[in-house]
Amino acid sequence: MQVTYLEAIRQGIREEMERDPNVFLIGEDIGVYGGAFKVTAGMLDQFGGRRVVDTPISESAIVGAAIGAGFMGLRPVAEMQFADFISCGFDQIVNFAAKCRYRWNAPVPIVIRAPSGGGIHGGPFHSQNPEAWFVHTPGLKVIEPATAYDAKGLIKSAIRDNDPVIFFEHKALYRRIKDEIPDDEYTVPIGKARVFREGRNISVITYGAMVHVAGEAAATLDKEGISLEIIDLRTLLPIDEQTILESVKKTSKAIVLHEATLTGGIGGEISARITEKAFEYLDGPVIRLTAPDTPVPYSAPLEEAFLPNAGKLMEKARWLARY
Amino acid sequence: MAAIDPAAPALGQARLPVRGEEEVELYRKFHYYMTLMREVEDRIERKLYRQGKILGGVYVGRGQEAICVGAGLVAEPEDVLFPCHRDLGLYLIRGFEPREIFAQYMGRTGGVTKGRDGNMHMGDLKRKVVAIISAMAASVPVAAGAAMALKYQGSRQVVFVFFGDGATSRGDWHEGINLATVQKAPLVLICNNNQYAYSTPLDKQMACEHVSDRASGYNLPAEIVDGNDPYAVHQATVRAVEHARAGLGPYMLECKTFRMTGHSAHDAADYVPKHLWEEWTERDPITRVERRMMDRGWATARELEETQSRIQRLVDESVEWAEASPHPDPATLLDNVYDEQI
Repeated sequence: MQVTYLEAIRQGIREEMERDPNVFLIGEDIGVYGGAFKVTAGMLDQFGGRRVVDTPISESAIVGAAIGAGFMGLRPVAEMQFADFISCGFDQIVNFAAKCRYRWNAPVPIVIRAPSGGGIHGGPFHSQNPEAWFVHTPGLKVIEPATAYDAKGLIKSAIRDNDPVIFFEHKALYRRIKDEIPDDEYTVPIGKARVFREGRNISVITYGAMVHVAGEAAATLDKEGISLEIIDLRTLLPIDEQTILESVKKTSKAIVLHEATLTGGIGGEISARITEKAFEYLDGPVIRLTAPDTPVPYSAPLEEAFLPNAGKLMEKARWLARY
Repeated sequence: MAAIDPAAPALGQARLPVRGEEEVELYRKFHYYMTLMREVEDRIERKLYRQGKILGGVYVGRGQEAICVGAGLVAEPEDVLFPCHRDLGLYLIRGFEPREIFAQYMGRTGGVTKGRDGNMHMGDLKRKVVAIISAMAASVPVAAGAAMALKYQGSRQVVFVFFGDGATSRGDWHEGINLATVQKAPLVLICNNNQYAYSTPLDKQMACEHVSDRASGYNLPAEIVDGNDPYAVHQATVRAVEHARAGLGPYMLECKTFRMTGHSAHDAADYVPKHLWEEWTERDPITRVERRMMDRGWATARELEETQSRIQRLVDESVEWAEASPHPDPATLLDNVYDEQI
């Protein structure tokens, strides 16, 4: 069955709600309206107001309430209308949810869904990629799927997980990406990257919408004799270091690609791990291709200049291939 | 005085006031738990801290014992408690041993969090006590969610959340209460208004006279209670709990009291006018309960002294036990960040 990235997430949530009566949804406009992006459309009709809770505009209370319900044995799935507004719930996530197990052995089995990313002309407050804030927080798990198949399998794993999970959904992929997914139930494990495309010359380590940018560049570069291997991280915390290192040891060159801005982004972390643990295998510097250190601009030419794309990646790859 | 839900007193009156032998027994418990709390915290603040045996900060509830003890004795064992940092009595009522608490302050493995966190930052879901979040009022939305979950599960239990006057200026307090009232969650909110947020007096914290004035904006029934009288707190809590159990939603008590100590053990509280210390010493909740028990013939001075000595022995033994409790092994540093080691 061919489904979009958005429909895949919806199916995953629905299946988990059918499977486990403790799973419920909480967020702004998720019930009657079906969510700003319609991910939860139809849920209210199927599950009723008890399990699909529309809230006031209160991100901190949404996250806090999810944590409290989690303590009582429920499995809340909270929606941030846009990932940009997750900062309003930041304290609950990083100071409470992330630390409970370590501090006092209390599990926080919650999922916070956060539609992220640019390319939709959303401007500075509806386009951000704030994953690095959370990757810097021990105790959280951070996921960002690139494909419909993974989106469904990972949202199901996230709901079953006993730790707090931040689940970034790239908005530009919602209706653009389709995959064939099995009729039978499946899950995708948290913490495992996958080789999205095998290649010989350069490893491109990336996630989310940038996986498809890398795929586009790879198709063109193949004709020039530069073979990209694309690693789709899928989970950003805990990071699958082994898959990254195996690829780099094979290709000897690496580009870390992300849509989030450069400084303090997780590209720096990945680059550091490669140089610390696979230095002897490298035939060139580890390159980062990211958005520049600015807010996300609104105008079309400015946003295009801001976002990494296949052309920019090909330029970096050609340079690195010659190195 | 803020609005009181007209339904609440009628519901409460079914069981109120507590009188007869039940009242005497209640007073014995007030006396025992308030004295135990005072003695444990005095030992921590005035002895162990000064001896350098406590690693971090010390925040005690001296003078405020009537609030957590009066309210805590209303809670059923399956009700969920969210204490704040001056509510040691809740832990004692829930069966946390003084020795676990001393070890907690000392960072030992015998402590409630086994050295992972310190002082009043402790909880245990098995005992239905949620550990405080250090950012004031952050517990309120979490408690709202726990209460929503109890309703979801069809449980008769309620959630108690405790906070000070200072916490009511944070957004989380307002967001949490708004969500809880909209959802009619079974939540009992108990404010200890001790008139200072660290060094900042009430008139620098809020332009209204009472914390409970803030409740009307949320259609939250609230009443003002003498926070230095455990009986008054207890009876008001019974009303609040019956309101919440009846499905009528949250209910708040504003317990007026005074912080008879600095914000923490390192704070001499020079900013507090002297006359306030004197006035509130007169209203010490333990002295008041002792006087009332003797006046009414429910206890002799000697009986009360015996309770005091019994508590002293318990405290001595508990400190000894805690000091013998091992420090955590640094090899466990990385454990339990996640459910499974990753």
